[in-house]
Amino acid sequence: MTAFTSILHRAEKSRIERAPSTSKPRPLPNTLLPFNPHRRFLPIVPPSPSLPTALGFSPPPPNPKPQNARHRRNMERLSLESPAPAQRTPQQNQQFPQNALGPAGPQPTGGPPQLPPQMFTTAAQLLDLTDKKLVLILRDGRKLIGVLRSWDQFANLVFQDTVERIYAGQLYADVPRGIFIVRGENVLLLGEVDLDREDDIPPEVTRAPFEEVFALKKKEEAKRKKGDKKRYDELQALGFEPEHSGEILF
Amino acid sequence: MLFFSFFKTLTNQTVTIELKNDIRIRGILKSVDQYLNIKLDDIEVLELAKYPHLSSVKNMFIRGSVVRYVMLPRSEVDVGLLEDATRREAANQAGKAR
Repeated sequence: MTAFTSILHRAEKSRIERAPSTSKPRPLPNTLLPFNPHRRFLPIVPPSPSLPTALGFSPPPPNPKPQNARHRRNMERLSLESPAPAQRTPQQNQQFPQNALGPAGPQPTGGPPQLPPQMFTTAAQLLDLTDKKLVLILRDGRKLIGVLRSWDQFANLVFQDTVERIYAGQLYADVPRGIFIVRGENVLLLGEVDLDREDDIPPEVTRAPFEEVFALKKKEEAKRKKGDKKRYDELQALGFEPEHSGEILF
Repeated sequence: MLFFSFFKTLTNQTVTIELKNDIRIRGILKSVDQYLNIKLDDIEVLELAKYPHLSSVKNMFIRGSVVRYVMLPRSEVDVGLLEDATRREAANQAGKAR
């Protein structure tokens, strides 16, 4: 476990331990509730009718407006930029609140008519993954399964109810982890889990106790590192720079 | 900026993306952004047996910095237009440098 994750872990643990000691009964922290990927935050304000549902990149019908409202509020709180409404027409502002979608992409230059530039921003891509159950793969090869709660334009992410799934050989194990704040540069990909298919794990992969999988994984890792090192040394002797400047991706 | 515009013209085409960790993913290109982060729909992972954790994933967001190649449908690339655009971009850059 890296120092960073253990810090997060400790922070979360201390929060959970402190919770019952307060005199007033408080609602349980979200992380203590049983895992439910469908759980949504209630909107703090009723959604206004002018929220962005245009262009089809908002979340699908069941409950799109409250999510957007909540997310916009969050992003307003988190945003590093001061809003610059002067550059936008009121109509644009209404369709795409400044902070919810971050800086708009560059305007398409001439040519045939194109889709609105707002569709082509990091924010627009992440907006419809918000509050969904996702698989997050990090650069170090970790696979985290959790609910995406917040993000920004660098793909820094907040994951809730995270479970780390460890694969080794034909075995896998789940380790509950809680809340994750991930710096964007460590993200490899984010996949939306198809809830109808999530339990269809390929038959040749079986679940095993964590200790067993972890030990096997460690062994595999050591073997792979040895092989990598040998390859890089040989390449370097031939005058090749290792791929992606020696940074290893899994 | 040129590649950003170029990828925007390829939305809704089927592309295959190879990542720097050798995973290859085929899917419909839904969106791309200024960092060339890519959103794919209806994905299919080649050699899925090696990557069981992706078996239940239907669409994904790939961070641009981890992409090694994007394989495009030949018929959808207007090479002449792309050459022109490249020259124009190069001329722009040269003009800026001066």
